[in-house]
Amino acid sequence: METTVNKEMEVATRRNKIHPKKLALWVGLVSLIMMFTALTSAYVVRRAAGNWLEFDIPSIFYWNTLVIVVSSLTLHAAYSAFKREAAFAYKSLLSLTFVLGIAFVILQYLGWEQLAAEGVPLKINPSGDFVYAISGLHAVHVLGGIAVLTVALVVAFVRKLKRTPARQLRLELTLTYWHFVDLLWIYLIVFLSLQR
Amino acid sequence: MATAVIAPANREEGLIQELGYEDHFHEHHHGDKYQSNFISHYVFSQDHKMIAKQFLITGMMWAIIGGLMSLVFRMQLGFPEESIAWLKPVLGKWIAVNSDGVGSLVPDFYYALVTMHGTILVFFVLTAGLSGTFSNLLIPLMIGARDMASPMLNMMSYWFFFISGTIMFASLFLSTGPFAGGWVAYPPLSALPQAMDGSGAGMTLWTISLVFFVVSVLLGGINYITTVLNLRTKGMSMWRLPLPIWAFFVTAILGLLSFPVLVSAFFLMMLDRGIGTSFYLSDIYIGGQALDHVGGSPILYQHLFWFLGHPEVYIIILPAMGIVSEVLSVNARKPIFGYKAMVFSILAIGFLSFIVWAHHMFMSGVNPFIANFFVVFTLIIAVPSAVKVFNWIATLYGGSVRFNPASLFGIGFVSMFISGGLTGIWLGNSTLDIQLHDTYFVVAHFHIVMGVAAFFGMYAGVYHWFPKMYGRFMNETLGKFHFWGTIIGAYCVFWPMHFIGMAGVPRRYYSFDVFQSFSQFGDLNKFITIAAIITFGFQLLFVLNFFYSIWKGRKMKTMNPYNANTLEWTTPIETGHGNWPGKLPAVQRWAYDYGKDGREFISQVEPVGPDESPAH
Repeated sequence: METTVNKEMEVATRRNKIHPKKLALWVGLVSLIMMFTALTSAYVVRRAAGNWLEFDIPSIFYWNTLVIVVSSLTLHAAYSAFKREAAFAYKSLLSLTFVLGIAFVILQYLGWEQLAAEGVPLKINPSGDFVYAISGLHAVHVLGGIAVLTVALVVAFVRKLKRTPARQLRLELTLTYWHFVDLLWIYLIVFLSLQR
Repeated sequence: MATAVIAPANREEGLIQELGYEDHFHEHHHGDKYQSNFISHYVFSQDHKMIAKQFLITGMMWAIIGGLMSLVFRMQLGFPEESIAWLKPVLGKWIAVNSDGVGSLVPDFYYALVTMHGTILVFFVLTAGLSGTFSNLLIPLMIGARDMASPMLNMMSYWFFFISGTIMFASLFLSTGPFAGGWVAYPPLSALPQAMDGSGAGMTLWTISLVFFVVSVLLGGINYITTVLNLRTKGMSMWRLPLPIWAFFVTAILGLLSFPVLVSAFFLMMLDRGIGTSFYLSDIYIGGQALDHVGGSPILYQHLFWFLGHPEVYIIILPAMGIVSEVLSVNARKPIFGYKAMVFSILAIGFLSFIVWAHHMFMSGVNPFIANFFVVFTLIIAVPSAVKVFNWIATLYGGSVRFNPASLFGIGFVSMFISGGLTGIWLGNSTLDIQLHDTYFVVAHFHIVMGVAAFFGMYAGVYHWFPKMYGRFMNETLGKFHFWGTIIGAYCVFWPMHFIGMAGVPRRYYSFDVFQSFSQFGDLNKFITIAAIITFGFQLLFVLNFFYSIWKGRKMKTMNPYNANTLEWTTPIETGHGNWPGKLPAVQRWAYDYGKDGREFISQVEPVGPDESPAH
């Protein structure tokens, strides 16, 4: 009931501007950017203060970058398939994205294990703890994306594919967020690789 | 259901029917469904006006709790020899009664009270209660929108605030007491659960509560920004926005950019507390025993905290500034002086607020060369602030001012902002700060400039828009008593603190018995405490007036009782869901055409006449 009310209200008050929900998502992403900016700034400040253990980023993290970039591409392909109303391609690409997303989180965990095995477990030095904290917080945001993808996946398999404005909007919001966590990871991995 | 054609109640309503923007809003059957029962109307309401009232009343309840806390610790400071054993039924074991039967506050609980007072007033009252209330009430009404961009997120924003408050309230009843390490929660007191009693469960609940609070601020802020950018009615360009909307808009941006940084700071702190990392903790001993934390830096937390903390003071004061600008202009019957200068100074203050945070840390071992940078930018904030003060005074100058509680509090705000702002220039200098840091001078400064001043802005707003909220007026005579009691009382409380602070009396101390040089201030401390109790009493007058007027106040008979220009006064007295019964108003001019071409006021919905003198 409430959602229909909201939908009507949006239609009622929208006049050729960006959709309020899209704008709201972008504004929300700005706050997430600030969160990670704070952490990476803290990293820089803390590193400059000395007593800082230098080590290499676990190689799994780089492979993982590939995984999340590919997942972004597959989701984008799924979005094109949705617009063409190509049901099979949409469902398979969406499923593939979902699997890649899960794979990213698992690989992230394996990356932490590799890091610990290479002699930088938690609590040895803030330099290692920062890597765990930053990549962990990012993984939480990927999990949020996976939750949204799950909803999209259920809808894709339960309901017949039809390109309605409401469904397209939801998919576009999902797509924006997923690209965001992808780009965020690219920023983080570049940052963590260069800052040592 | 077609839009009912009703005879217009006044000129503005006729203009809306004639020139307004038809959005077919009321052709859908949702008005009744939307708030048909008690739960969806009063509790889980998605109507911005109801959410505003929820924020306001919750904020008032917190203000009473936070205010009472300050009275308790003020009594301890002013009358350390007097017994407060009579508070034992309420405070229980936090009152220690000695062998002579004299009850006094347990020192640990004194710290807890100071901490809670700060947290509650800064976050729950002056952030949620002020910007939450008026952003919700005024943004849709003043920009000509049916509601917020996402009423659902808006509702969640309130309920996250409610949960946050509930958790904080629960922490008051812990056997180890609420968090007691100061509202800034510096490590190590905050990062080590074993540091003191309040650092355990009290700190855990404090952090959880504030994380919920940040979620609330962000959901609200996302909504305010989206609504202002996206849902302005036809003709409402950014340069026609009333000043409160500009202030709320910039406030929301500040919140959006700074609160996530606080979450990051808390995130690292939780790791330090929970799994024993060392982001903020270095070699430290507790009870003679070395802990295994190495290599952390408590200064890092201070940087992250004040990156929020400084914008936060503008998150508190900007909405008050916006409200006061509107209230003064309407009641002086004059256009606001220097509208664009007002907007640019809001933007300048917003921008500068992000590059001055380290002026809170001059004494934390910040490099003096870096301190120079922060001194310069801190002092530059005085420029846009002074522009605003000048414009308020120029707006009042020569106006036929209506002295009602709203305008009195508006004028009081300007007075407080000048008094508190000037001491800010002192404190912004890193050299003076060596003497004044962490003294009562700082306490006096920030209480006047962001505590009392923000309260004055809030009162001005409540008295002014109370009719829009409840369709009735608050009692003017009581309101004036409230004003004079508050402004005289507040100056009596905080003015003497400057002198105590200049003499070097540190803040947050439980007792000054052992400092011979401070004993001369005993009487002054008594005076401050008495003034605080009386001032608090005057606030109860406001609370009584508020709740009495909701049900028994003088009824609002006309839609536009103040002859104001802004759109909220073109809505019906009983403003329903969707705000305007028919078309949305189309905006034809800016909000401040008062006393133009011999007319007392010209509503924003009235088209510019052919022979009208040029716009502002």
